[in-house]
Amino acid sequence: METISYLLQGFAVALTPENLMFAAIGAMLGTLIGALPGLGPANGVAILIPLAFSLGLSPASSLILLTAVYAGAMYGGRISSILLNIPGDEPAMMTTLDGYPMAMKGKAAEALAISAIASFIGSLLATIGLIILAPILARFALQFGPAEYFALFSLAFATLGGITGKNPVKTIVAAALGLMIATVGVDITTGNQRYTYNILELYEGVDFIIAIVGLFAISELLFFIEKHIGEGAGRATLNKLNLKMKDIIEILPTSLRGSLLGFVSGVLPGAGASLGSFISYTLEKRIVGEKGNFGEGDPRGVAAPEAGNNAAANGALVPMLTLGVPGSGTTAVLLAMLISLNIQPGPMLFQQNAELVWGVIAALLVGNIMLLLLNIPMVGVFVKLLSIPPKYLMPVVTLVAAVGIYSISNSALDLYFMVGFGLLGYLLRKLDVPLVPVILGMLLGPEMERNLRHALSISDGDWRILFSSGLSIGIWIVAFLGLALPYIIGPVLRRRMERARARLEVEEEGD
Amino acid sequence: MQRPIRKLLLASSLVFAASQSYAFEPSRTAECIAPANPGGGWDFTCRSVGKVLTDLKYIEGNVQTVNMPGAGGGVAFAHTVSKREGDESLIVAASTATTTRLAQGQFAGLNSDQVRWVGALGADYGVIAVASDSPYKSLNELFAAIKEEPTSVKFGGGSAAGGWDHLKVLIAAKADGVENLPKIKYLAYNGGAEAITQVVGGHIQAFTGDVSEVLGFVESGDLRVLAVMSEERLPGEYAGMPTAVEQGIQAIAPNWRGFYLPAGISDDAYNWWTETVDGIYASDEWKAVMQQNGLMPFHKSGEEFTTFVNQQVQDIRDLSIEIGLIK
Repeated sequence: METISYLLQGFAVALTPENLMFAAIGAMLGTLIGALPGLGPANGVAILIPLAFSLGLSPASSLILLTAVYAGAMYGGRISSILLNIPGDEPAMMTTLDGYPMAMKGKAAEALAISAIASFIGSLLATIGLIILAPILARFALQFGPAEYFALFSLAFATLGGITGKNPVKTIVAAALGLMIATVGVDITTGNQRYTYNILELYEGVDFIIAIVGLFAISELLFFIEKHIGEGAGRATLNKLNLKMKDIIEILPTSLRGSLLGFVSGVLPGAGASLGSFISYTLEKRIVGEKGNFGEGDPRGVAAPEAGNNAAANGALVPMLTLGVPGSGTTAVLLAMLISLNIQPGPMLFQQNAELVWGVIAALLVGNIMLLLLNIPMVGVFVKLLSIPPKYLMPVVTLVAAVGIYSISNSALDLYFMVGFGLLGYLLRKLDVPLVPVILGMLLGPEMERNLRHALSISDGDWRILFSSGLSIGIWIVAFLGLALPYIIGPVLRRRMERARARLEVEEEGD
Repeated sequence: MQRPIRKLLLASSLVFAASQSYAFEPSRTAECIAPANPGGGWDFTCRSVGKVLTDLKYIEGNVQTVNMPGAGGGVAFAHTVSKREGDESLIVAASTATTTRLAQGQFAGLNSDQVRWVGALGADYGVIAVASDSPYKSLNELFAAIKEEPTSVKFGGGSAAGGWDHLKVLIAAKADGVENLPKIKYLAYNGGAEAITQVVGGHIQAFTGDVSEVLGFVESGDLRVLAVMSEERLPGEYAGMPTAVEQGIQAIAPNWRGFYLPAGISDDAYNWWTETVDGIYASDEWKAVMQQNGLMPFHKSGEEFTTFVNQQVQDIRDLSIEIGLIK
């Protein structure tokens, strides 16, 4: 009951005209970003963070804008999957399997509509899951002492492999890089300076917002320059929508199953949206069995992964908001934003910033309805936007990034740092080193270090304090599983995903 | 090309001379540097004072708040010293955190006499609190336990080691005759609320922070305040909290909120700002701001404030040397 009254308060925040506008803008931009091949949700949110700063938005408005972008990107990813057979982002990959064949049969509009409805259901159910689950998790707040936090952050690092890992060594290198950058600044446990070289600007460490914008947005620009991509993705045509009630009812059970699976894989740290869409698709294929024509344009093959990846995206917000441990790359970026706004995520968030958290949750519900409305009648607009050449888009992105970073602290040094991180990001991406662990290292490293030192300070140096409570032992076990499982199951899953896609392409060629 | 420039120079020197012969005339707009990100205490100081300055017509136009985070105020301090000398329409928000860092030489060798201290407009007082199920019922009992075994009580607060929250404990402990101050354990958290959670959860024994941070937790029955570090009991809902002075411990720790101005400004300008700060403090508008935001009475300006700041810097420097934080 308490939850409902909080949620109503949240609606009071989300339904102010200003926040409604930001949710709408975020949903629009997010869909566009998701639709453009190459620009995933993490990049999308990273690019818009400076915008939130340069507009001087309140914490609630900034978060509403960015979560709307996040949700929008999950919707938008499917547009190019269906029309062009190019996934707009990684989680939308499974949608190409049946979405593109549907488009080939002249049912592109139906595929887009069905996927929008499935996305809506996935998002909606996952938001409800978030509403139910988050306060329960947050109730553990007081049980978390430094030992438990240390175990929790270890868990976050242990599950990194699941978020990014194709190559475990590169993931470790990336995380270590982040940890190293995080040691710059005044060490609050002793008050000593580390690696500051008497440069005042370095006393508070390197701002991870600058690192994120540099690593993601600026390096994206460098890639565009390198590839000379000047033209837009090919032109796509759209037929007139002809969707009957029967078609919607037909995909309902599929969407419900996909939502549930997606939500669970989103909540688990490290699994993320790609896994959500993959599991939903393969399970649906198995349930429907011979009766379906998966891979040849079955509407259920579009609904399942879309419900799955949207549900996973919202599910990933659960560990991010309640424990301060991001469940995916994009939530890591959102976490950085929260910390920059002087809001410490974690078990206390729901008590200290109830209005903000519930405002964002309510905005997710509102944004989801907006996205449905945007994505069915207005999908044609996004299809047209797909053909905007990036040569017009990227300068705008860069301009927004530079203005935003400068407006945070009015310091030109920050701009040099942004460019530096851009070059670093470009280099790392060239070397196939994932960027998300760098960010996680920067975000969580200092917290992890501080909690370890606090724990040892409390126990007067006795290491056994780290394993002294049931809660901490439980977290350590999950951390161990999180470390081990992706290396056991991950390659199998990934191989299957690739095989499924490869098979489809072969079949296409055979036609 | 030569002539217009000479004309301009002439004109501007005339204007300069004219402004010298009259009493200080504030510029139409002013700027307030908040040396932190939006949302913090300094940001609040700038925005609320800026609004009152405009509302009371001290400043005709707007007072623009510029956020300049970095080095706990060091970036803004260095900026004011090196780039804004003589700028008479600039104020910079400061607090006890500023004096603490100045005292400990954390602003890259800059000193408190490189700016003009104009005044303080309220304060938040230090507080030491424990969980409501704690065995310690008074500050004396807490320090008695520490005298027996220095590591038996772990304090948690929202500032870095050696920061103001840490120093408050030391100020009180020293006043009560606790020896071996460096042995007292202090854990630094990202903010007061995080430290309070750890105290309420039973992970550490005592909280040190500002009185505004504990109010909600005292009302909910989670925390018990052992001592407020003010001269007298605070008004309103804080009246039930005992002071350290009542318990025979002469420890006073105000975290004041105020401003400094750049060096090199005219005495007329300095006096205008001093009187303006006095005027704001006396106004009903400012009283309402204090009421709404839990700011406690504390007012010093001009010479008195400058003396106070220098004394505070000296006291903190002595204490920091005593605990071995600086040499």
